Amino acid sequence: MIYLHLFLSFLKIGAVSFGGGYGMISLVRETVVSNGWLTDTQMMDFIAVSESTPGPIAVNMATFVGFSQGGVLGAILATLGVILPAFLIMLLIASVMRTFMKRKGVNAFLEGVRPGVVALIISTAVTMGLTLLFSIGKDKLSINVFGIILLVVVAGIAIIYKQLVKKKISPIVLIMISAAISLAVNAVFGA
Amino acid sequence: MKAEGRKMSKGKMVLTLFLTFLKIGAFTFGGGYAMIALLEEEFVGKRKWLTHEEFLDIVAIGESTPGPLAINSATFIGYRQAGFFGSLASTLGVVIPSVIIITVISLFFDRFMQFKYVQYAFEGIRVCVVYLIFSAGLRMFKGLKKKPLTYVIFSAVAVLFITFYFLGIGFSSVICILACGCVGLFVYVMTLRKKPAVPADGACVSAGETVHLDTEASGKEGGAEK
Repeated sequence: MIYLHLFLSFLKIGAVSFGGGYGMISLVRETVVSNGWLTDTQMMDFIAVSESTPGPIAVNMATFVGFSQGGVLGAILATLGVILPAFLIMLLIASVMRTFMKRKGVNAFLEGVRPGVVALIISTAVTMGLTLLFSIGKDKLSINVFGIILLVVVAGIAIIYKQLVKKKISPIVLIMISAAISLAVNAVFGA
Repeated sequence: MKAEGRKMSKGKMVLTLFLTFLKIGAFTFGGGYAMIALLEEEFVGKRKWLTHEEFLDIVAIGESTPGPLAINSATFIGYRQAGFFGSLASTLGVVIPSVIIITVISLFFDRFMQFKYVQYAFEGIRVCVVYLIFSAGLRMFKGLKKKPLTYVIFSAVAVLFITFYFLGIGFSSVICILACGCVGLFVYVMTLRKKPAVPADGACVSAGETVHLDTEASGKEGGAEK
């Protein structure tokens, strides 16, 4: 039953996704790839869409995956799944467990979780990047030279912008810049 | 400050919460952290429902609990202003725009992706996504507490994840996250034991908490697996 499966998968993701939308990416990627719902490339495409549309990234991703597998009902159930743990936990904290977060044990647990989540985020980026830039074919390694150059350019733009404006460049602007470069290069030189 | 909020009838407050969070959900790009600035402007600056300190507390709690930050803060602020229905209205408000927008996009996404020029653009966008995730991770890494436990857990998880990925072995981030938490707890309990200055009942409390958290964690997992 796909609806139940979607709901429970995203319930599980919602219950352990510390560290916001990016903290969720490795969990969602694992779920959608192992179930054969989306490929790694589709996942990356959709992270870009989630970044460029309003609303929490987590909700955007849940809606998208839910819709792709079970239409509107699937979208609603996946979204409910991902928000339900946060909703219930906050309700408990706001109503009866105001001091829960101040307990030393909770704090110790989180001090273990935080570096783990950051490691998951960085490793996800590293593995995504390596598979995107280097693909190992039958007996030879093919290198996506354009991708590597673009990665350097994008990083350069982001770093220079931060130095000049003292503010982080908006992800949407960065996405649009890389789309424009890629479009222009591919159109001029042919794919 | 709270009194200002209570002048409204509860029904009106629930509606106001719903509409305010609907607006925030529809106009914040860039996820939870971008939302924080908007929430503060709305609830601390404009409506004066919360003081700056209360707001920071909510953000800190939201960061330490699972789930999207936007949902955490919506639920908390909603409950504070109008109880359960306030939290429900706020949470639904912040989620509804996303669900509608993404559903509409999803309807056309596959067809859209078939255009040659769109594919060209997405070849570049994927590279950008990798950079965005990486730089978000790096930013969070800089915010971590600089202590040995942090570095040990970070390197262990990164090495395991990348090795498992390239060997094609399934990796469970869920179990990984819970295990990291347990390591944190274990280290805490061990340091308590080492310090003779801590009275015995201090150790008792921590043991109680360990049990409590363990059951909570296994409950979550069990519930999800069913």
